[in-house]
Amino acid sequence: MSETQKIIEIEILRYKPESDEAPHSELYKVPFTDDMSVLQGAQYIKDNFDGSLTFRWSCRMAICGSCGMMINGIPKLSCETFIRDYYPNRISIEAMANFPIEKDLVVDLSGFIEKLESIQPYIIPKEPRTLEQGEYLQSPEEFNKYIKFTSCINCTLCYAACPQVGLNPDFIGPAAMALLHRYNMDSRDGGSAQRMELVASEEGVYNCSAVGYCSEVCPKHVDPGNAVNINKMNAAKDYFLRFLSPKGGSK
Amino acid sequence: MEIYKADVVIVGGGGAGLRAAIAVAESDPKLKIALVSKVYPMRSHTVAAEGGAAGVKKPTDSLDYHFHDTVGGGDWLCEQDVVEYFVKQAPIELTQLEHWGCPWSRTEDGHVNVRAFGGMKIERTWFAADKSGFHILHTLFQTSIKYPSIKRFDEYFCVDLLEEDGRCQGIVAIQMGTGEFTMIEGKSVIIATGGAGRVFRESTLGGIVTGDGMALAYRHGVALRDMEFVQYHPTCMPITGLLFTEACRGEGGYLVNKDGYRYLQDYGLGPLQDKPKNKYMELGPRDRLSQAFWYEKQKGRTIEHPVLGSVVHLDLRHLGEAYLRERLPLIYEMAETFMGIDPAKEMIPVRAGVHYTMGGIKVDGKCAASLPGLYAIGECSSVGIHGANRLGSNSLTEIVVFGKLAGDEAAKNARTVAPGNSASLLKQAQAIEERIMALKTKTGGTERISVIRKEMAQSMEDGCGIFRTESTMQATCDKLAELRERFKNINLDDKSSVWNTDWLMAVELDYQLDVAQTMAHSAINRKESRGAHQRLDGPNEAYKQRDDVNFLKHSEAYYVPGSAPRITLGDVKITKSQPEVRAYGAAGEKADAERKASHV
Repeated sequence: MSETQKIIEIEILRYKPESDEAPHSELYKVPFTDDMSVLQGAQYIKDNFDGSLTFRWSCRMAICGSCGMMINGIPKLSCETFIRDYYPNRISIEAMANFPIEKDLVVDLSGFIEKLESIQPYIIPKEPRTLEQGEYLQSPEEFNKYIKFTSCINCTLCYAACPQVGLNPDFIGPAAMALLHRYNMDSRDGGSAQRMELVASEEGVYNCSAVGYCSEVCPKHVDPGNAVNINKMNAAKDYFLRFLSPKGGSK
Repeated sequence: MEIYKADVVIVGGGGAGLRAAIAVAESDPKLKIALVSKVYPMRSHTVAAEGGAAGVKKPTDSLDYHFHDTVGGGDWLCEQDVVEYFVKQAPIELTQLEHWGCPWSRTEDGHVNVRAFGGMKIERTWFAADKSGFHILHTLFQTSIKYPSIKRFDEYFCVDLLEEDGRCQGIVAIQMGTGEFTMIEGKSVIIATGGAGRVFRESTLGGIVTGDGMALAYRHGVALRDMEFVQYHPTCMPITGLLFTEACRGEGGYLVNKDGYRYLQDYGLGPLQDKPKNKYMELGPRDRLSQAFWYEKQKGRTIEHPVLGSVVHLDLRHLGEAYLRERLPLIYEMAETFMGIDPAKEMIPVRAGVHYTMGGIKVDGKCAASLPGLYAIGECSSVGIHGANRLGSNSLTEIVVFGKLAGDEAAKNARTVAPGNSASLLKQAQAIEERIMALKTKTGGTERISVIRKEMAQSMEDGCGIFRTESTMQATCDKLAELRERFKNINLDDKSSVWNTDWLMAVELDYQLDVAQTMAHSAINRKESRGAHQRLDGPNEAYKQRDDVNFLKHSEAYYVPGSAPRITLGDVKITKSQPEVRAYGAAGEKADAERKASHV
């Protein structure tokens, strides 16, 4: 290490469930170069100081969605957050908010996965088609209706940001709602009536208090807040249509 | 120990594993499927594939063209009957993905669009902007949720296969969140664990790409085939190795050296083209482009960046911001975020980095390994379509074509095979648990796994890089033998049970060392140059040439406990394409014309 080597202080909230009663902070001094991400800082600590430091990561390019954490209190992907942007100040890292901590920076995602599974996130064909008939056609207008909502990488930063998820863990939440909206908006899909029941349910959109922080932290600009709010309107419309049509709305 | 009885066990939840799971579920809803993955399926490295998936689409294209591009691109080391099946199924499987909701990019009239890719004669790469792998993976994951017979074991880490009565009958895995062991019985086991590129230093790959399934099959006597063929992708971010998709060039990007010169014209890929022309210049195959980078460096014509090292420039500026944002949005964001570069205004520094393992678990055309009941698909397998050099966009198609086939085959097998002897399988599983636990509980070691891992990766880069010689490869073989010894002396910082990634990374490193050895020893044994395996040595530099007399053969690496692998050579299936000079650019076009004339 040269004398001019820059050193960043990284404070990490550690928690080992088998030996710690409560989470506690540990401070590390990490030499860094300007191209290093916060994730690389954590890897440096694990490789050189303490192999027991635990965090999820894989792709390093903000597409696998593994490495979300609170960095100085803000939910971020650590692979695309750079140490140089904090230096000479200290970086403080914690596990994502609103999730139970399993160990160090690893949180329990099983609740999120269940929500994702509950929204029927697959094409329920409006008009079934055989493979011999080739692809469905989609005009640019039809394509643009849903494409933005396909970009979610399931990083759950929006759950860490959402005040309502914190208050009501059953709230289906921004990412799952955005995915629901993605399928409802797809011209190939005919399943929106089934999905709308969930939208308007106790776990549904009415939990949202329209803070919009979910969209702000989204690393892929999916704008889940927008998806939730469109569905508030749809659910309200649906509610009134029930009075007008004996078969209900959402058709 | 937890016990779960499945009919079909799938290890790996990426594109190949998910496609196989769906195939089993659709072929027989009564079959119980266990889908085991060390990460949540949507984290699998399929997610990072950018450019697209190849399948004949245009009326001007043909299955025969796709066949010849693939076989020639693979320097004739492909199983030609398997390639024929592959190109035929490709458009069907890509259409299936469309029906499941994959947001393929479209033409104005609403059809799926295709783009140009390296080494492909006609545009046939289906793409979803530059996030094709991401969309394929999420489409398959979300579709898999529809099938109740697929039981996922998310964040379960596979540590061994169970073999009894000469058949593979299940696996043993660690539940990562608790550290508890689980035995999962199965009449068929499909390995779909992806590649092994993280044995090298600078790679495009995620941390999970550690060759787990390859090592597992290898230790059970299954050959790893053609492991010396490791693909360097020509346009990667320096140091991190992150990928700038080949679609950058497919859409019209240039590669230039320090003089602003499009140097590929000097390497049999010219003459110069203004617009992208299939199989010319920047649309040549990856092995040739990566080799050209190496030569430019030797000639002192690369840019010597003070921090990044030797690089060339990927120039996208002439494509304009609007077009780049539409076709290459991820690339645009990566250049901005990771490098502080606006690719519409500045050139991107790039160099070649490790990207893909052409070789893998040897399987037949039906994805079956030599151990009955065991199947392998995707990058961990060697079904025979990539030969000595994979063409970009063939591997995303591979995962769905062979995922489907392996699912069907594994289901068929599961319906005919009787259940195993649970008691004796459990005994085996307990012995495996003891062995893996010992890695964690042992004391007195002095080696850090991170140190061994780094030395391995550096040595692979030094000895088994773009160009190879006897002495550099021997040094790597020796280094790997040394590291194998030192691995016995490791000490872990973390002795706990819950989420012990220190321990799991040690198991991964154990896999990596085995796989690295098969690569280095297969490489030193191949005394010729073919595809991604390029040598600079031999008597009168004879190994610089392809040698069809002695080496139109597959390498097969077999496990020898406590020692280096045993390497043998196996036959290549040639049906309708006899080996020829592999030519691109104008030379390639001339050779095509001559072939056509002689066949008439």
